[in-house]
Amino acid sequence: MKRKISLRINGKPYTDEVEPRLLLIHYLREVAGLTGPHIGCETSICGACTVMLQGRAVKSCTMFAVQADGREIVTIEGLAANGALDPVQQAFWNEHGLQCGFCTPGMIMATKQLLQDNPSPTDLEIRHGLEGNLCRCTGYQHIVNAVKAAAGKAGA
Amino acid sequence: MIPQAFDYSAPQSLEEALGLLASGDRKILAGGMSLIPMMKLRLAAPAEVVDLGRIAGLDGITEAGGFVHIGAMATHHTVETSPAVRASCPLLAETASHIGDVQVRNMGTLGGSIAHADPAADYPAALLALEAEIRVVSAHSDRTVNAADFFLDAFTTALEPGEIVLEVRLPVEQSSEGYGYEKVAHPASGFAVVGVAVRITREHGRIIMARIGVTGMGPHAFRARAAERLLEEGAAPERAAAVVGEGEEANSDLYASADYRRHLARIHARRALAVALSRAS
Repeated sequence: MKRKISLRINGKPYTDEVEPRLLLIHYLREVAGLTGPHIGCETSICGACTVMLQGRAVKSCTMFAVQADGREIVTIEGLAANGALDPVQQAFWNEHGLQCGFCTPGMIMATKQLLQDNPSPTDLEIRHGLEGNLCRCTGYQHIVNAVKAAAGKAGA
Repeated sequence: MIPQAFDYSAPQSLEEALGLLASGDRKILAGGMSLIPMMKLRLAAPAEVVDLGRIAGLDGITEAGGFVHIGAMATHHTVETSPAVRASCPLLAETASHIGDVQVRNMGTLGGSIAHADPAADYPAALLALEAEIRVVSAHSDRTVNAADFFLDAFTTALEPGEIVLEVRLPVEQSSEGYGYEKVAHPASGFAVVGVAVRITREHGRIIMARIGVTGMGPHAFRARAAERLLEEGAAPERAAAVVGEGEEANSDLYASADYRRHLARIHARRALAVALSRAS
């Protein structure tokens, strides 16, 4: 039986009828039309589907859309304001913190979480903080550089 | 990776949830970090899922009467960062920090993890070493189970049908106690191939109390009682660690054989003891 859910995504209200088994990532991509969060492994390992739920990073492939009823979600699409990239997005751009780019939306959302909890992380803390996100191009060094650059900006 | 269809209910009160769980093919959804992957793989296909996420007050952390009370719905992140847990049960906070990754810790819950009883979960080692008490309730019962009597087998606990974990009670650790948790994380999943939690108290340079919980090695977490006894009788940590896992069944899989797991348990017991001793005053 379908259930009605109402939630806010990137500040905008959404109301839809969904099957309880619909995963949040499928709701975001196929119902809400937000294809920024990616489906990588679908087994809660890779982190490409990471979004913010009530201000905390979660893997949207391991959550039902009905669990998000009444909640606030932010996806990668919600970061840039008035055409200006978020400082973390800008740092990934400047430092070329990506190769193919598939993992990037998840990496950026996980970085938002990391810097929120720890505004000036060490290299080790960055790698520990992003352990829930995999880059299959193995381009981790530039990702770490981008996080460091973003942390410097946020602290300045 | 789409689960079989199910009915969903999101009770607003504990009474309502317990009423629902009293009958039928219903499964509890807490953080979902184990249940949802199992449903996606169709290893679990409940007719109805009862989501506890809408019930207020199940995730509180309070300290009273020499115990820290942690609500079952507290997330691993909450346990890891709670000032009360860090001050009064640092072993549990440290153990929580080893679970999965930050996204998993933001969703996964203490009660959900222990009720699921994955043999490779981190918490059981700490709960055994801390001699935790687990309060479980149903529509017509309210009882407390010691951690040592809770984990019975792989994915099997002392919970009866219709019962849920309501809270975990932990005695406040004395500031003189030392503690440590040492783990071999599986490189892909982050689960504990073996994890050893240790708590000790020393007096005049002698260990007078030792508690050792081991997870990952066997079908369920266990207390290494023989090693605890040796330590309390004055044996060197190396000698005590060498008997950890003796007489216990060990799991074997592609990543680690039973013998290797037992070996890892001993090595990591030694390391956790070294950390605990360095922290004990």
